[in-house]
Amino acid sequence: MQAASTMITDTTQPEYAIRTSKLNLWYGDFQALYDVDLNIKNGMITSLIGPSGCGKSTFLRSVNRINERLGYVRIDGTIDVLNKNIYDPDVELVQVRKQVGMVFQRPNPLPTSIRDNILYGHRLHSQGKKSSRSEQDEVVESALQQVLLWDKVKDRLNQKATELSLEEQQKLCIARLLPVKPSVLLMDEPCSALDPKGTAAVEELIWELRGEYTILIVTHNMAQARRASEECIFMLMGKVVEHQLTQDLFVTPDKKETADYIEGRYG
Amino acid sequence: MFAESSLNVRNKRVQNLFRILFMLMTVLLVVPVIIILGTLIYKGGSIISFDFLFTDPTNGMTAGGIFPALLGTIWIVAVALLASVPLGVMAAVYLNEYAGDNWFTRLIQLAIINLAGVPSIVHALFGVGAFVIFFGFGTSILAASLTLAIMTLPVVIVSTRESLRAVPQAFREACWNMGATRWQTIRRVVLPNAVSGILTGVILEVSRTTGETAPIMFTGAAFFLPFLPQSVFDQTMALSLHLFVVATQVPGVPEDLPFGVALVLIAMVLIMNSISIAFRMYLRGKKKW
Repeated sequence: MQAASTMITDTTQPEYAIRTSKLNLWYGDFQALYDVDLNIKNGMITSLIGPSGCGKSTFLRSVNRINERLGYVRIDGTIDVLNKNIYDPDVELVQVRKQVGMVFQRPNPLPTSIRDNILYGHRLHSQGKKSSRSEQDEVVESALQQVLLWDKVKDRLNQKATELSLEEQQKLCIARLLPVKPSVLLMDEPCSALDPKGTAAVEELIWELRGEYTILIVTHNMAQARRASEECIFMLMGKVVEHQLTQDLFVTPDKKETADYIEGRYG
Repeated sequence: MFAESSLNVRNKRVQNLFRILFMLMTVLLVVPVIIILGTLIYKGGSIISFDFLFTDPTNGMTAGGIFPALLGTIWIVAVALLASVPLGVMAAVYLNEYAGDNWFTRLIQLAIINLAGVPSIVHALFGVGAFVIFFGFGTSILAASLTLAIMTLPVVIVSTRESLRAVPQAFREACWNMGATRWQTIRRVVLPNAVSGILTGVILEVSRTTGETAPIMFTGAAFFLPFLPQSVFDQTMALSLHLFVVATQVPGVPEDLPFGVALVLIAMVLIMNSISIAFRMYLRGKKKW
């Protein structure tokens, strides 16, 4: 708890938001990650690409420890988020989840109003104090402004969130994370349920959030990785093959496996 | 080229045959319900009146009303609910939201299934041994209600689990990922979205409990009482047992009396079920995902 709180109050931003060393992960007897060493830069958008089953989602899900929910997961190695290993015994899971937000493939707003969706996390973490109405309004407005949704929904904040379009729902799911001031946003194929217009809008939003948050995005869509990320990691069979600036990885990949994958020879 | 072949004709005939057979079976299901209700209304309808519902039986139960039995049934069902709903709902929440899939939870599930299969007369004897004698409640509303509660516990647990399962996993994931604990997730998201299903299960349980006879016969329901119960430690009359008594145990009962009692009993159950269905439709219409 002590360490977790210093982690948050630390105002000097480290160069790397996420660092893993010798990260191995098993689902029962099956090893899904092999010696993953990654340094993910603070404030950048990093995409994770690779064929199905390469471990990219598994990696993403271990960065906020959501993997643990499956009882049979075993982890070896360290994952430092803002210079603190989140698997240390003195780390409080709730604080990890607060720092590291997650967006899912399928938008999953809660079946309440738009307003209550935004306030859910805020209420969870406001330590029992009831915030005033005007304070809440401010939280809702600022979160929705940040995800470029405010103008569209400001007159119907009490409408059910599940009645929004998928694109709006996904933006809402991102907005919902912001009031608790996370530093890392994990996105697991955030656009794969959306149509091209929605995809473009959400990609634009992700690009807007760059700098303020460290964003790690898993995608099946190589064109998306190319458009919407600054650094790119290519994974294969549970191992990191290559980690480069996106522009370099797609133009002059170092490894033959990477070249073959981005040319569509397999995957 | 596209003309009907003899094989087509035969297949169609067989297909029609089975469709009609299945339809007949469905109709056959409804027939007993209609006959039962029809007979009850025809033979017992005339006796139903305000006085019948709200006065005591007279003349050695061959005349008068059914008020003590009606009130007793309400007592027994209410106390049984107070015992079984909290217990059943909490157990279901534990099994569905907290427990992992291991030998222990599987054992508990097996126990619940077996509990559901125990005949009601066995429950009755268990009730006598446990509540009447061991806990010393005597033959009382409390003992009868607890026996019924144990008997209907599997219904509550199973229906609650079903409604908890119907809450999409994505809602839980959304909450956990914002740092909500399991309890916060359950209280703010899972239970509010499952409550319609849970209540439906509870009302169905009420309708089952109302009609049970064997479990209350030895534990708290009396043949005839000249007074109304004052607390849960008193015995009481009950509609289901009263029906058995006036139909088979008392000589000289006019024919419409037992039919009237049966009609009241079945009406209570049907009203409960209708409320449950209406309620479910109302709540379902309200939620959208």
